[in-house]
Amino acid sequence: MSVIINILIVITITVGVVFTAVTTIGILRFPDVYTRAHAASKSATLGVMSILLGVFIHFWYNEGHFSIQLLLGIVFLFITSPIGGHLMSRAAYMAGVKPTDLTVGDDLAEVVKKAKRENSTLKPEDQ
Amino acid sequence: MMIFIWICTIVVGLSMAGLMYRVFKGPSVPDRLIALDGIGVMLISAIALLSILFDTRFYIDVILLIAIISFIGTVSFSKFIERGEIIERERHH
Repeated sequence: MSVIINILIVITITVGVVFTAVTTIGILRFPDVYTRAHAASKSATLGVMSILLGVFIHFWYNEGHFSIQLLLGIVFLFITSPIGGHLMSRAAYMAGVKPTDLTVGDDLAEVVKKAKRENSTLKPEDQ
Repeated sequence: MMIFIWICTIVVGLSMAGLMYRVFKGPSVPDRLIALDGIGVMLISAIALLSILFDTRFYIDVILLIAIISFIGTVSFSKFIERGEIIERERHH
């Protein structure tokens, strides 16, 4: 039983470390803010969740300590990390960072332009 | 087992060092913000691995704290980039 648990810990931590390294490669080599945010928000989240799962299993079986903080940390990261990635790429778009030349389509541009037009027509009435 | 955990910690540390390059060199401000968020996430996994290495369970409390503070920092930084201010007050009424 102990061998199986140790193999499980090694597998989860290895998966997490591989995804962490993939995150760094993606952030260093992708051409664009949006593709970099894609790499960071998804694979970093999966990597840290897998590492925390391995550490949780280690503390549960080898140390006899059921750590509720680690479970709470996994759930919190699973909820907040995609929100953070979405907020960062949205802030980059609103700040006017251009996407790379390889980008096929930009559906948000029309919406943003329309919202700006409505705001500019609404402003004199407000004041 | 301990050698495996040491190797994993070193790989995570090298990943953080690789992201520091993007923090210093990044062409735009959101690039640096994304790299900083990734460093925060990797710091969490490094602390989790260090708690196995040092055989203490008191480091685990730090994980939740760093996760919460990193998320608040990301939200406030992206709001600062998007609007130019963090705390808005209504002054037009």
